[in-house]
Amino acid sequence: MARSIKKGPFIEKKLLKRVTEASKTGSNAMIKTYSRASTIIPEMVGITISVYNGKTWIPVYVTENLVGHKLGEFAPTRLFRGHAASDKKKGR
Amino acid sequence: MARIAGVDLPNKAVKIALTYIFGIGKVSAIEICEKTKIDPDVRINTLSNDELAVLRHEIEENYKVEGRLRTEVALNIKRLMDIGCYRGLRHRKGLPVRGQKTKTNARTRKGKKKTVAGKKK
Repeated sequence: MARSIKKGPFIEKKLLKRVTEASKTGSNAMIKTYSRASTIIPEMVGITISVYNGKTWIPVYVTENLVGHKLGEFAPTRLFRGHAASDKKKGR
Repeated sequence: MARIAGVDLPNKAVKIALTYIFGIGKVSAIEICEKTKIDPDVRINTLSNDELAVLRHEIEENYKVEGRLRTEVALNIKRLMDIGCYRGLRHRKGLPVRGQKTKTNARTRKGKKKTVAGKKK
């Protein structure tokens, strides 16, 4: 179910504070965050946010067409390296 | 045979025949009939040219169908792939996009089964 419009988009308070600060001062320092569930808002455009994927921080450069998505969508949590080669191929 | 929006409509009741157009389902078909005051249960071949013109006009004006709709859908998917979000990655890999399991099934997205040799012990 979609989120109630009355509440507005969800952004973690800490992150929001840092974003507003960064946009005020215009600093390009990366913002590290664990908050994958936070919505990307127009204020974040032009900032690079490092999103935690459970292991490392993935830098996400926010552009205009990312607005409305969540931060976590851009930091994949799973790594698929392909299936193991079959026994025959390995050559016993 | 009547042609609307580049599709040949079969000789069926109007409300059914209209659904042969990509982008028009049952609900919008009945809606169109209501707006154009055409009996939804009458067969396509019995419609006069005027009535067909009215239908054509209505669909052209108020509905996104066929080619235009297809390009819109393709563009939406392309957008997802270009911004590199999770849904875009799933589209790229041809896997289910909405969180379904892929251990079994998911054949609609993954296509015909590719048997892996030597999987059994």
